[in-house]
Amino acid sequence: MSASIPNPVRSAFTTHERDDTVIVNIGPSHPATHGTVQIIAELDGEKVLRTDVHCGYLHRGFEKECEDHTWHNLIPYVDRLNYCSALINDFAYCDAVEQMMGIEITPRTKYLRTLLSEYMRITDHLTCIAASLMELGAMTAFLYLVTVRDFMYEHLAALTGARVTYSYGRIGGLANDVPDGWFTRLHEILAEYETYIARVHGLVDRNRIFIDRLRNVGTISTADALHWGFTGVILRSTGVPRDLRKDTPYLAYAELDFDVPVGINGDNYDRYFVRMREMDESVYMMRQLMDMMPEGPINVDDRRCVFPEKTLVYNEIESLINHFKLVMEGPSVPAGEIYVAHEAPNGELGFFLVSTGGGTPHKVHVRSPSFVHMGGVHRMLNGYQLADVVTTFGSVNMIGGECDR
Amino acid sequence: MTTPILDLVATQLAPGTGVESHGVQHGVLVLQLEPAALLAVVTRLESEFAFDLFLDVTAIDWPDAPLRFEVVHHFYSTTHKVRVRLKTRVSASDPTVDTLKPLYGSAGYMERECHDMYGIVFRGNDDLRPILLYEGFSGHPLRKDYPKQLEQPLVPYRPPQGTLVR
Repeated sequence: MSASIPNPVRSAFTTHERDDTVIVNIGPSHPATHGTVQIIAELDGEKVLRTDVHCGYLHRGFEKECEDHTWHNLIPYVDRLNYCSALINDFAYCDAVEQMMGIEITPRTKYLRTLLSEYMRITDHLTCIAASLMELGAMTAFLYLVTVRDFMYEHLAALTGARVTYSYGRIGGLANDVPDGWFTRLHEILAEYETYIARVHGLVDRNRIFIDRLRNVGTISTADALHWGFTGVILRSTGVPRDLRKDTPYLAYAELDFDVPVGINGDNYDRYFVRMREMDESVYMMRQLMDMMPEGPINVDDRRCVFPEKTLVYNEIESLINHFKLVMEGPSVPAGEIYVAHEAPNGELGFFLVSTGGGTPHKVHVRSPSFVHMGGVHRMLNGYQLADVVTTFGSVNMIGGECDR
Repeated sequence: MTTPILDLVATQLAPGTGVESHGVQHGVLVLQLEPAALLAVVTRLESEFAFDLFLDVTAIDWPDAPLRFEVVHHFYSTTHKVRVRLKTRVSASDPTVDTLKPLYGSAGYMERECHDMYGIVFRGNDDLRPILLYEGFSGHPLRKDYPKQLEQPLVPYRPPQGTLVR
């Protein structure tokens, strides 16, 4: 029976480069592929000669589905692109739609979105580091990091009602304001974060096993990284401070004081360290943001996109019709095109939206960092050991949801 | 809101180099090109104006237009910190533009996706194997005439078995 099922992929190479090599298939369902990615590799003993990376096993027609829903209805979908940092997807998408509509969000929403974006950056980096350390056998470091991450997930659940995919952004604002005592608990969590992260630094940074496994493995140069489209942590690990939060500031980043950590070699150890340092910067930014947080409304007063108060919907005909129009037809976004990019934990997350003036998009395209990185990851795998495929892949932090869409 | 570099690119590249029109939308310089001019314009963007990061290529389907597909390229300059969007109109009968693989390695994967989804052919890209779709998939799902509900299962569905599943 199984023989009749055709192979979904065609390898770039089927013949051997030399007669003493072997071609093996890694994945797609392997614990270290963080989802589903297939690598076809030609090996000389334990050394990887060349690789052919296939993705698409998680393709679910995100962009096609978006063309059939109203602008608001897409928010739960964009959550599921990079599910480790769902809110950044939410906010980048909302930002794009708001710019098309010419909406300026309220100050409180601007600061809250910035704070939550940094919060998401921490959870994403925690996940990535925890997973890649566990793949090297560091169960203790994994548990420390995931303990902190779970404090954060529970804390975010108190705000949004969900643990991972929040659907918390709204066009023109947010779903709800923060509950009482939320910032107090956030201060506690950030203090806990520092305790745990110090333990991980102590366990890993100067550990001989880790240095041997990570240093000078998966190295990439700045010129190569740009040529192959790498952004985010991977580009910064090569030593250049390219960060959209500094270069093209959005939300409240222009008002914040923060550094852009960079690496030296562009190897796996640098990527580990850049992520660790970036989380510290995020904590620093979140503390600034909590001090700056203004009072006031979270939703703009714009009937084109913001839902009216429930009490008004029940008691007033205009609000009732407004509510119906928003649900049935969707917010009317002026015709045009826009490309908006936010600095996601993995790199440049861009939304390219095309509107023809209706309540549903004509086209939604996501420039997902993971997908572009998969196009260049063979540069970091070729020439190293087979066992290094796992560590390098972990340090790239490919997220199937946003890669395959 | 324009930056000096965008003005410079716009004046240097237009007119006469195959740029049909230009303008700034939401901070991004948009150039409408003739298909034949694409490779020459991108080469100049890369070598003269330091647009070193190829961000994205996709297409927009306008089913009723005489030139049905609009191929959209995005570039970013890490030096000037600005973006440029190039737009090229091609017909449904000959949806071909030049590949950018010789200039940017990242173009290889992204052009494969665009070929998957819209059937755009990138002249000179010898590796347009399916990337998000699978071998044997027929049609291009992001074209407007591809029905959303159409299924092409690679493994045939099994009929419900047993007593619990009805």
